[in-house]
Amino acid sequence: MNVAICAYGAGNVRSVQLAFGRLGATAEIAEEAGAVRDADLAVLPGVGSAASAMAGLRSRGLDIALRERAAAGRPILGICLGLQLALDESEEDGGVAGLGLAPGRAVRLRDGRVPRIGWAPLEPGGETFWFAHSYAAETPAATATSEGLTAIVEHGSFTGVQFHPEKSGPAGARFLTRCLSRV
Amino acid sequence: MPLPRLIPCLDVAGGRVVKGVRFEELRDVGDPVELGAAYSDAGADELVFLDISATLESRAAAVQVAARVAEQVTIPFTFGGGIRSVDDACAVLEAGADKVSVNSAALARPELIEEIASALGSQAVVVAIDTENGRVRSHAATRDAARDTIAWAQECEARGAGELLVTSIDRDGTRNGYDLELLALLQAAVALPVIASGGAGNAAHVAAALGVADAALLASILHEQPSRLTSLRQELRDLGVPLRDAA
Repeated sequence: MNVAICAYGAGNVRSVQLAFGRLGATAEIAEEAGAVRDADLAVLPGVGSAASAMAGLRSRGLDIALRERAAAGRPILGICLGLQLALDESEEDGGVAGLGLAPGRAVRLRDGRVPRIGWAPLEPGGETFWFAHSYAAETPAATATSEGLTAIVEHGSFTGVQFHPEKSGPAGARFLTRCLSRV
Repeated sequence: MPLPRLIPCLDVAGGRVVKGVRFEELRDVGDPVELGAAYSDAGADELVFLDISATLESRAAAVQVAARVAEQVTIPFTFGGGIRSVDDACAVLEAGADKVSVNSAALARPELIEEIASALGSQAVVVAIDTENGRVRSHAATRDAARDTIAWAQECEARGAGELLVTSIDRDGTRNGYDLELLALLQAAVALPVIASGGAGNAAHVAAALGVADAALLASILHEQPSRLTSLRQELRDLGVPLRDAA
């Protein structure tokens, strides 16, 4: 199993790489479109701001590679900001056009403590994962929520998670194992 | 709201976990990776590593520690101590840490908060505030920072901080309980998550803090014993505090 982790100057790519490595996958950090296109699974991680992340993807041609993968029905996993970038748009940084891999938009959290940081269970399922975000997806493609917020998005070959499976202990490892088993 | 968090804090110097009341009396109490992994197994929600020596050599060692911790620990962790620039912050995040904690450097140059938040996101920036009698202390609480605690908390939020780690210096190490009054004031003054620190002596103290803060930092109450975290979690559950199932 060959996993390409998109590296574009935003994100904790090493933690994601280590998490897949623990599961026996060959996870490589990919800065080139070709590697992202050809992998069995492409992972779009991300922390930081939407505008600089999109610029980082574009400057490396990774936006095109990811759209091509989605059009070809090949699996992509977006994590946190990676999920938000995959939507049509984000209201962060005054409005940023996304990759359009899944319908919807990322909107600023308005209730509770922001950033929303900590462990919270998913519905359905009840497993607890670690979240750290100030924006959340508004999308018809949500397949799981956490406290009413979008937690998992599934659209075609794209899966996006608002939580960090690579930092969610045993529950996160189980989630990533399921991702790999579907590839 | 996410579940209340319990966050063991490990003091690090020269790549080792140390313990000591005075700087000269530092005692080596173990390997940061081994202790961190043991706390993770015992149900810690996050970990904080604080480089208390913060010398140049120690900072290079700190990045090594972060890299080794990331290999073994699958829960989030924060690195603090000696973070003075965006480059310092990037180095520990690239090694696998999730957040950095800044204290004196942010007091000296508050723009540092904006710079790190802009490069790495607000969720990666914890501002540690040492406070005594409503005033901020700096340089390991040895100096008056000439700032009001609530006003500084609000400025941190406005500059893009993601969390506040608030240590009540007058409570630290006393084991008489957290400063609940201050924590309640802070909860009302900012919308950021607040991590309570200083004064925990028993489970009831921690439970009370989690009523007015989002997380509790655990230091001396654990005695560097991960098994104490296991028993503390059970005591907190018995007191009705909802904690995550860490299995």
